[in-house]
Amino acid sequence: MNVKIKVKVNGVEHSHEVEPRTLLVHYLRDTLRLTGTHIGCDTSGCGACTIHVNGKAVKSCTMLAAQADGTQITTIEGLSSNGKLHPLQEGFHQEHGLQCGFCTPGMIMTAADLLSTNPKPTEEEIRHALEGNLCRCTGYHNIVKSIQHAAKKM
Amino acid sequence: MSASTSYIGKSIKRVEDKRFITGKGNYTDDIVLPGMVHSAFVRSPYANAKIKKLDITKAKAMPGVVAIFTGADMAAVNGVPCGWQVNFKNGATMKEPKHPLLVADRTKHVGDPVAFVIAETREQAKDAVEAVKVDYEKLPCVTSPAAAVKPGAPLVHDDIPNNICFDWELGNPKSEVDEAMSKATHVTSLDFVNQRLVPNAMEPRSYIGSYDPLHEKYTLYTSTQNPHLIRLLMCAFVLGIPEHKVRVVGPDVGGGFGSKIYHYTEEALVTLCSQKIGRPIKWTSERGESFLMDAHGRDHVTKAEMGFDKDGKILALRVKTFANLGAYLSTFSTCVPTYLHGTLMQGLYTTPKINVDVTGVFTHTNAVDAYRGAGRPEATYLLERLLDLGALEMGVDPTDLRFKNFIPPFDGVKQPGYQTQVALQYDSGNYEGVLKKGLEAFGYKEFRRQQKEAAKSGKLLGVGFSTYIEACGIAPSAVVGSLGARAGLYEVGEVRIQPTGKVSVFTGSHSHGQGHETTFSQVVADKLGIPMEDVEIIHGDSDSVAFGMGTYGSRSIAVGGSAIVKSIEKIIEKGKKIAAHKLEASSEDIEFADGRFTIKGTDKSMAFGEVALTAYVPHVYPKDLEPGLDFVSFYDPANFTYPFGCHIAMVEIDQETGKVTLKRFVAVDDVGTVINPMIVEGQIHGGVAQGVGQALLEGVEYDEDGQISNGSYMDYCMPRADDMPMFETSGQVTPCPHNPLGVKGAGEAGCIGSTPAVVNAVIDALWSSGKKVKDIRMPLTPERVWTAMQ
Repeated sequence: MNVKIKVKVNGVEHSHEVEPRTLLVHYLRDTLRLTGTHIGCDTSGCGACTIHVNGKAVKSCTMLAAQADGTQITTIEGLSSNGKLHPLQEGFHQEHGLQCGFCTPGMIMTAADLLSTNPKPTEEEIRHALEGNLCRCTGYHNIVKSIQHAAKKM
Repeated sequence: MSASTSYIGKSIKRVEDKRFITGKGNYTDDIVLPGMVHSAFVRSPYANAKIKKLDITKAKAMPGVVAIFTGADMAAVNGVPCGWQVNFKNGATMKEPKHPLLVADRTKHVGDPVAFVIAETREQAKDAVEAVKVDYEKLPCVTSPAAAVKPGAPLVHDDIPNNICFDWELGNPKSEVDEAMSKATHVTSLDFVNQRLVPNAMEPRSYIGSYDPLHEKYTLYTSTQNPHLIRLLMCAFVLGIPEHKVRVVGPDVGGGFGSKIYHYTEEALVTLCSQKIGRPIKWTSERGESFLMDAHGRDHVTKAEMGFDKDGKILALRVKTFANLGAYLSTFSTCVPTYLHGTLMQGLYTTPKINVDVTGVFTHTNAVDAYRGAGRPEATYLLERLLDLGALEMGVDPTDLRFKNFIPPFDGVKQPGYQTQVALQYDSGNYEGVLKKGLEAFGYKEFRRQQKEAAKSGKLLGVGFSTYIEACGIAPSAVVGSLGARAGLYEVGEVRIQPTGKVSVFTGSHSHGQGHETTFSQVVADKLGIPMEDVEIIHGDSDSVAFGMGTYGSRSIAVGGSAIVKSIEKIIEKGKKIAAHKLEASSEDIEFADGRFTIKGTDKSMAFGEVALTAYVPHVYPKDLEPGLDFVSFYDPANFTYPFGCHIAMVEIDQETGKVTLKRFVAVDDVGTVINPMIVEGQIHGGVAQGVGQALLEGVEYDEDGQISNGSYMDYCMPRADDMPMFETSGQVTPCPHNPLGVKGAGEAGCIGSTPAVVNAVIDALWSSGKKVKDIRMPLTPERVWTAMQ
């Protein structure tokens, strides 16, 4: 039996019927075609699928679409406003915080959650906050700098 | 060159970033084609098993199932080939078993595909996989290369005795090395395992095969590092489809690190079966499958000995390696432990006698192939561990020992290249230069004082060195051809000049994180004296780009960039003729600078854009000249390039737990001329993190049943942000003398140099506290370090 859900994603209301087993990340990618949220693993270990649900960072592969009923969701596509990049997006660009770009949306969404609760994090706090997000390209050096860059601007 | 169009050497921000930071990247799994179906594999749960019965009846009747293919359906289809032939010492050809698309009779490693299930949705395909019934007869297996060659070991392929693919040696005759070794006053020896790693690009492999019956044309979207190579291998060797009837597209690719070079069976299957069922088929690997199936790296079992005279001069090096190739030969698996490993045994040192002996071995494991560095990290690990350990054993300083043995500086122009004992001729180098710079940046003398101070308060600090060299810019076709490569390794660079002077560049290199769209634009804009915004880089589509060889072996700028420069030189040459005609001068009198063609010594000139327009609107035009200003060039390098550097790691060991903390990492890398320092530093950072990962965190564990016991991100310890310090990177520039940009390549340097530096630092810390430990098996987990300390 399919489940009816209503979600507000990046400010737009959607209602769909989903299979009970559909993961939120698959709903976002397959149904809403918001493919900026990536799937890098199957054990909630890599963080590439990180989004915001009701303002908090969530790995969208750990949540069923059905569980998201009634929530407000922000994905990487909804982070910038009025064509202006979010300070974190700008920070990742300025500090070369991305190479292949695959982990980047998840990194930025996790960092956005960090900065919303801790606007001036230390390097150690940034590294700790990124524990659940894997990057194979950058060695994290420039990701840390990107987040520091954004923190200064926010 | 005017300031506005001078781009080479500047840290220009990346032009490709925008799509990635806004979630608009276009990776293969993001692509949806009309009518597309999904797929999943039935994979062997056993390392070595006979398939007694395979029943797909129930699965075929499952909801949404479109088709199921089995090994029997693929019996007439070729397997995927190996791209490099390594011969036995006696001249016999290496053993090359068939690597079938689907296994019909006996599976040879866990994950070996038995059936390919296609359904309307991903979930339906997975449900049907569960419903396929396979009756296996489990057989004994072997996973270690050293064990696999022993008499009586289970055979991976019944017709390959002792599981030996090839035996191979390089360098001076063994007798000469033995004689030199016998004169040594000290011999340092190490028996060690260079453990198996999983490349772990963050984007799992993903493929879409599609067939257009109207044009009888196939399209394969693939997360690859080299679209043309995949097309050639798949068309000519596996499927027998005419090459012009296949388009291979490598869209945005989320990291490769070697693992996306190879032609995988899944690529051929989605392509072939899309024609059979008349619909596009997508397959995207799950991470668990990636651990089982993406070609792994390293996995050497080695004994190495280095002999020194009483002054610490190296007299001889002797190496014996058993290299695990896995159950099947992946595309470049055979050249990694041989021509990319044995050839690096000279290191930076004047060692007069070297012999390296490698046995390539089949085991009941996933294939092993190039992983970032590919053979060179293994060679560097061996050499640099021997150097630091030798220094400890002889009671001399590890940096003094290196200075004593370095090949003296040479630029490859005034002084010739350095001929090694192991085939290669180094292009240019200043090896003592990077170590001097490294020692200064690190503050070595101060550290030794600090180390002693720390010891008084029970803190255990250590420093480790690694002065590495690598061969990249792969590769001169004639040289690699003579060594067994079954392909040329040039690159193509096509530069199309639009009538308005805007530029489209088509390169056979493929960017999957390296930033080619930025770096290559910098080169083109700089050379043509035009704004970077006027240049677009196009790559990754075999229908638009001429036949190119792709990205691996740190070759993109050295080979791909040089091909583009060759085309630009032709454009300028032709532009001079066009300008000369228009300006009524001789083309010898035209000079090109700052984006203008000028009659020497006059102010009469034409802008690049005007010349471009004239080439396409040739109303006033030289009679003997064709219109147009496009050029396609193929660049085949004269030699490999040889980046080198000095990596210094500082660690602290927690004496209670054995936990190693990397406190500092200093890297001085000489990668030749640098086009974009920001991008080069980023490459070094990422490489170092992977190298540190090997030293401290990562390693595939096969159990005695041939199962990977740590095949997920819950178990395989990937480097995380809080495992790494901020890296202290700097450079030195010794230009490459044989390519037009003077570049050497930077993609793998970090990964090649860093691993031994970290392990050496741990060993140094232990010796400083009186614990004379020679080796700890990587990764240096707290448990292993703690045990070694007891």
